[in-house]
Amino acid sequence: MAQTAEAPVTPPPTRDERVGQKSTLGRLLARPEAGAIAGAIVIYIFFFIIAPPFRNASSFSNTLYVTSTYGLMATPVALLMIGGEFDLSAGVAVTSSALCASLFSYEFTTNAWVGVLVALALSLLIGFINGWIVVKTGIPSFLVTLGTFFMLQGLNLALTQTITNQVASPDISTLDGFNSARDVFASSFTIGGVNIRITVIYWIVFVIIATWILLRTHIGNWIFSVGGSPVSARAVGVPVARVKIGLFMAVGLMAWFTGMHTLFQFNTIQSGQGIGNEFVYIIAAVVGGCLLTGGYGSAVGAAIGALIFGMVNQGIIYAGWNPYWFQFFVGALLLGAILLNTYIRRRAEASV
Amino acid sequence: MLRSKKRAAGLALFVVLALVLAACSAHGGKKAAEAAAGGGATVAAGHATTPHYTIAMITHAAPGDTFWDIIRHGALAASAKDNVTLKYSSDPDPTKQAALITDAMNSHVAGIAVTDPNPAALCPTIQKARAAGIPVSMFNAGVSNWQQCGGQQYFGQDEAIAGEAAGKRLAAAGAKHVLCVLQETGQVQLEARCNGVQKGLGSEGTMSKLYVNGRDNAAVLSGITAKLTQDKTIDAVLTLGAPYALIAIQAVGSSNSSAKIYTFDTNAALIAKIKSGAVQWAVDQQPYLQGYEAVDSLWLYLTNGNVLGGDETVLTGPAFIDAKNVAQVSKYAEAGNR
Repeated sequence: MAQTAEAPVTPPPTRDERVGQKSTLGRLLARPEAGAIAGAIVIYIFFFIIAPPFRNASSFSNTLYVTSTYGLMATPVALLMIGGEFDLSAGVAVTSSALCASLFSYEFTTNAWVGVLVALALSLLIGFINGWIVVKTGIPSFLVTLGTFFMLQGLNLALTQTITNQVASPDISTLDGFNSARDVFASSFTIGGVNIRITVIYWIVFVIIATWILLRTHIGNWIFSVGGSPVSARAVGVPVARVKIGLFMAVGLMAWFTGMHTLFQFNTIQSGQGIGNEFVYIIAAVVGGCLLTGGYGSAVGAAIGALIFGMVNQGIIYAGWNPYWFQFFVGALLLGAILLNTYIRRRAEASV
Repeated sequence: MLRSKKRAAGLALFVVLALVLAACSAHGGKKAAEAAAGGGATVAAGHATTPHYTIAMITHAAPGDTFWDIIRHGALAASAKDNVTLKYSSDPDPTKQAALITDAMNSHVAGIAVTDPNPAALCPTIQKARAAGIPVSMFNAGVSNWQQCGGQQYFGQDEAIAGEAAGKRLAAAGAKHVLCVLQETGQVQLEARCNGVQKGLGSEGTMSKLYVNGRDNAAVLSGITAKLTQDKTIDAVLTLGAPYALIAIQAVGSSNSSAKIYTFDTNAALIAKIKSGAVQWAVDQQPYLQGYEAVDSLWLYLTNGNVLGGDETVLTGPAFIDAKNVAQVSKYAEAGNR
């Protein structure tokens, strides 16, 4: 019985896929925002063809404006989702902040900036409370912030009613400091005949800052790790509780910023505003590639997601479509964007 | 470390307090308002010595809408006068509003004042309350069939008639293409207003509808701006609520349109804009009167058996507030009553 001394068949030498070199295109497609960018390009071309007014720069600037008001909030909401949590109170928190600034400075007849600072403290506190309850109790943030969503909604209405005996905040445009605050939060400027609102610039700046934090700092690593696996993150020494509370406070910070824009752009605030926008922020983050389970996503993706939502919203008006179909088209285009997004991501992951 | 943190926190608190004290505004704010009003002006019309009643007012108001606040002010003024405790509740969802009516019935209130934006959903419940012997007054919405629903009287404007009146005035002002801005989808009264406007314009002009998300100012602003850019023939913007007219002023400015602005309903800020000429006129359905009469008529029925209107609608509008009569209305608007 002779042993077959055949040499074992060696498989062709392959490198470990973890250190493998992907093609440049493959690397680009594997980014979380790849699908959203493709979707945004498709939607832009679509409306560019069918809606002539959509083509001129001032219309696009108008689209960017409404996008920026969503995008300012979608950025921290995306970071929070990467960190594995939700904030359903984000939409009404914007209104809470604006009401707080307006009512405080009106009732005490202070400089408008005092109200602005008080509102900042309140917004950070709301974020802290959301985060603290989530971290201390371990109750899913979906439920905790659903609770605070209703509480803030009630406080907005009840406190405004109690303090002013009306349901909208009084006009504060005659207060000292109003004009300088408006210059900061709600001014606009003209480039080449196109009027651009300052929120667009702030939005881009905040997206860049958020991207830098996510990709270039240890805090960014912490955010990905607490969202991906909080247990192992804690095991390697990541301060999970502080990261999560910090993320909720970041949502609070941007709710304050967006709220200040709304206040100084429109002078008065109706206390029922903002409801429903929390879903727009989450949609923007998800269309932009954030996973609902956490640990994956990008700030640029959320910005593109907000842009898709803004373009669909405005594009339908520019196209002059039958308004009765409006919501159907919004839903269909969003669903299409998400499907495209998922398809591209699967292909990118398969072709490693 | 801890000490320095505490010290920093203390310092921050001190700075904030100092800022608050040092930063009182020399202009505007509550001080100016109080100085102007001479220390608050509330409407008081005496106090009845009739037995105490509890009356429920149930509306389809969306929370935080300034228009409904004026209705509530009217209802409260009547309650204070009539020795009535007012239980106010509202929900824009018809099934939930029906549940609120049932709640009021089960808590044996002396009377129910109710709006009916959706007769199919709400009529059966209102009829039940009436069958249980509770007097019902209706107002604001449900003008088409309030008698069948079980209402004893109705206070409001016929939205189709109001729309038609607005359309006629727009045609007289030379409007050729009116943009009717609806802040909510699927609301019968809002649709009736816009359709009425088309009827009033007749062959003089056309009406286009634009739906916007009334809960998001920025979306309203960019929506109206987009429509004005898309269709340059629009020469009149008609909003269906005062807050949206204020936003339309900005939208017209940022889209280089020359469209004039008109609106349904008013609030204090809007009255100021009519004064300054930024808004041409407002269709006024006198919400304060609707709220007041809805409660007061129930009190008259409970204490004296009176019924108002002879089974016909008591119209509270349309009236117009424009440059001519705005001065007279504005002081009431500042108190939140117009």
